[in-house]
Amino acid sequence: MPCSDYDPASLPDLLPLYYRRLFPFSQYYRWLNYGGVQKNYFQNREFSFTLKDDIYVRYQSFTTQNELEKEMQKMNPYKIDIGAIYSHRPNQHNTVKSGTFQALEKELVFDIDMTDYDDVRSCCSAADICSKCWTLMTIAIRILDRALREDFGFQHLLWVYSGRRGVHCWVCDEAARKLSVAARSAVAEYLSLVKGGEETVKKVMLTEPIHPFIRESLVVVERYFPRYALQDQDILGRKESVDKVLALVPEDVRKDLQQDFQNEKKPETRWKLVKDQASKKQATAKKFQHFEKEIMLQYCYPRLDVNVSKGVNHLLKSPFSVHPKTGRISVPINLKELDTFDPFAVPTISLICEELDRPRPGEEEEKSEETKEKENEKDAAERWKIRDYKRTSLAKYVKHFDQFLDGMARAWKGELLRKSDLQKEF
Amino acid sequence: MQFISRQKKLGPHSQTEIYGQLVQFYGQPPLENISLSEFETFAVERLKLLKSVENLGVSYVKLSEQYNNKLHHELKNLNFPYKSETEDRKSQTGPSEHEKRRKDHISHFILRLAYCQTEDLRRWFIQQEVDLFRYRFTDLPPEQKLELLQKNNLQYHAISAEEKKALSGKLVHSSYGGSGIKVEDQDFYKVPFQDALDLVRARKVYLKAGYVYIPQQDIVTIVLNDFRTRLSKALALTARSLPAVHSDERLQPLLNHLSHAYVGQDYSIQKNVGKISLEQIDSLSGKSFPLCMRQLHQNLRENHHLRHGGRMQYGLFLKGIGLSLEQALQFWRSEFIRGKVDADKFDKAYAYSIRHMFGKEGKRTDYTPYSCMKVILSNPPSQGDHHGCPFRHSDPELLKQKLQFYKVSPSGISQILELVKGMHYQLACQKYFELTHNIEDTTFSLNHPNQYFIESQKVLGGGKDIKRETDTPQRSQENSGRGSTAAREAAAAAANAPQHLAEITEDLDSFFQDA
Ligand code: SF4
Ligand SMILES: [Zn+2]
Repeated sequence: MPCSDYDPASLPDLLPLYYRRLFPFSQYYRWLNYGGVQKNYFQNREFSFTLKDDIYVRYQSFTTQNELEKEMQKMNPYKIDIGAIYSHRPNQHNTVKSGTFQALEKELVFDIDMTDYDDVRSCCSAADICSKCWTLMTIAIRILDRALREDFGFQHLLWVYSGRRGVHCWVCDEAARKLSVAARSAVAEYLSLVKGGEETVKKVMLTEPIHPFIRESLVVVERYFPRYALQDQDILGRKESVDKVLALVPEDVRKDLQQDFQNEKKPETRWKLVKDQASKKQATAKKFQHFEKEIMLQYCYPRLDVNVSKGVNHLLKSPFSVHPKTGRISVPINLKELDTFDPFAVPTISLICEELDRPRPGEEEEKSEETKEKENEKDAAERWKIRDYKRTSLAKYVKHFDQFLDGMARAWKGELLRKSDLQKEF
Repeated sequence: MQFISRQKKLGPHSQTEIYGQLVQFYGQPPLENISLSEFETFAVERLKLLKSVENLGVSYVKLSEQYNNKLHHELKNLNFPYKSETEDRKSQTGPSEHEKRRKDHISHFILRLAYCQTEDLRRWFIQQEVDLFRYRFTDLPPEQKLELLQKNNLQYHAISAEEKKALSGKLVHSSYGGSGIKVEDQDFYKVPFQDALDLVRARKVYLKAGYVYIPQQDIVTIVLNDFRTRLSKALALTARSLPAVHSDERLQPLLNHLSHAYVGQDYSIQKNVGKISLEQIDSLSGKSFPLCMRQLHQNLRENHHLRHGGRMQYGLFLKGIGLSLEQALQFWRSEFIRGKVDADKFDKAYAYSIRHMFGKEGKRTDYTPYSCMKVILSNPPSQGDHHGCPFRHSDPELLKQKLQFYKVSPSGISQILELVKGMHYQLACQKYFELTHNIEDTTFSLNHPNQYFIESQKVLGGGKDIKRETDTPQRSQENSGRGSTAAREAAAAAANAPQHLAEITEDLDSFFQDA
């Protein structure tokens, strides 16, 4: 596999090539400029770069796509983070009167990181992931994407693989970018079900009645639970993991189940016993009981880092940034192909740089066609860059990014029309 | 009480506008001149009121009968408006309703000046004002509620019967369980979700395509949401105009005293820096640390690591009990390098944030140790975290085990768990203090982990563990008795201010131009 070919030591050699020939600058600018609807939107955006030896520079900002390109090619950042749109140019933040330099807007973002699931996955821990636990990310995306669209009415959601062990979501609707800190935290809390740290065993507590949002989320979880939790993670197999599950049911039920499990080893049947106990309880007990749902949610429900979503000025790793440890590119995820998305198949910087060097059949003709067109040099250079990434495995991800941008562009057009109409009235 | 109100700028008409209603939104700043002595009295009394709001909120379930009764009394005793004017006409003793409303209005604006300065102060002030507003609003008769909504442009339209029918299943499942509302008998309002954040946050409302569907009875949350938003915006604006206020040598000391009064003591100002040695920390953590800090300490020792939330909560606490920056760096470094972090990485990734806590980096703000309120209410622990308040953030079962392990008697444990169940976390902590220090009744009201530490050291004969300077924080010793001590101190402090203060009148107007 290409990944094993990546050597972090080669990064200083590969990054210049990546930023010179592969990084999709024009799409990137098209995104962050948001159709130029608001003045200085791109210019007042904070970027921050992590350079060699963990040197971290904040408050970078650029006036044009060209300037951004030049700077990135000069600095060759190991990692790029995107911050807020400020009241002033971030690179001049020291020159404005203190207190007036303020973060005004930013996409609503979500960060889901596999390390937050360590207590419920047995296959890996910490920064490691495998195809088994990756299902957790699939579930997270399905649940959050639905809720953000249907419940909150957002439309322009960009899901991005972080390059290592998680996913990010950028909600780019105008209304989302304008949300206050309080509103962001309310959204994040609406979407959070798993609560508590190391001192909490039972992390999901449902109350009566079960909110439509939770019902919808349960539909998703139920779809993945048997395969993911019962088979892949085998949560009802080994004694140790069985105990963890049983710690989540009421005491009397626990005793019964411990008994029953002695004669029954098959995980699916064991789970059925749990569910039977639950329905029995629900029929008899006065108290609201839904422990089987709570177990499913505790094992599968997305775990959000609320602090990342809350802050307007919080920085988040940029799409198309490289992950310095794995070498993988942070690529947008096409939800139409979500179930087959394989983080290990995401191209590394070494792979795509290598692909550049491979000769491609048919390239000669293309080139001669190209020369027929009389264009100025800059356009030609631009064209070359476009063709470059098209020759690599990055192509399909950029294409998906393009589609996402096209969707947003339709919204900008409406906005611009509205604005010009307003102007005509004067 | 004295009123030396000169040159009223408001005609009688506009005054009735402002004071026409029991509950105010505080949209308009006061435009009259008031004397400095009145300025002081108003400020101190409102501070007393807000301290009571805070204390009641800790001890009782908000809006429960007891809570309401006590708050009602408090308003009455401090001469703040608490009933409609018509009722008032019957009793003719004490200040008139109009005077009370005026005081309500002006005192709110004075405290804005004192409490806009830092995020912590703003958070506290907003919280208490919102709670006060909530109580007053819910207490209003329905017509007056509607009137207030209309006056403040908070009008919404009820959804049609058809729409309600189509959504009825969802609406039923979205509202509070057991409150027995029937969808058919209720009007529902369709409101952008940004206007009802508290309901969204708690998932107590049906949300579709960016709109929430609010049953009539929950309309109060919209009003609160609006009140909170306006207040926090206004405070931000006031903060910007503050340099002007602070250059005023007459007001500045008073405002500072007022804002220092809110948690009784500022635990970031330490007099016994360096009086604790690092070797003492293990034994102190068992004897004199509150559970939250003991838990963090123990986990740090076990895992040689703490995540950000834990480092902040524990690090600032340690600063508060007297660790110097050098000690703190040494303490954290020696523990972290026993884990996965090597010295080089520590210096790069963690040392900065520790110096930051001591105000040596970045914005150079000197961070204050977290109060119980802050620990309990903000930034709850999530996966991998050990911070937070054990009484609030631990499973009762785990808490019980822990208390057993710490040798708390079974009856003591059940008392504590009872308090936890009633959401009285600080009282539970105080009970734990009493049980572990063998005293019957504590004379302080716990609101800060560092206060816990100081009180514990006092009981244990302080001087033995820490070579204390004789003048250790005075305030904490005076901080006995519940509630408004701090306000009394502020009043006392204000009274000592140069005596010419009382004679000068101050044009409040100029301080609120931005707000
Ligand atoms: S009540 Fe305060 S001091 Fe006690 S454990 Fe909780 S946060 Fe700590
Ligand atoms: Zn795995």
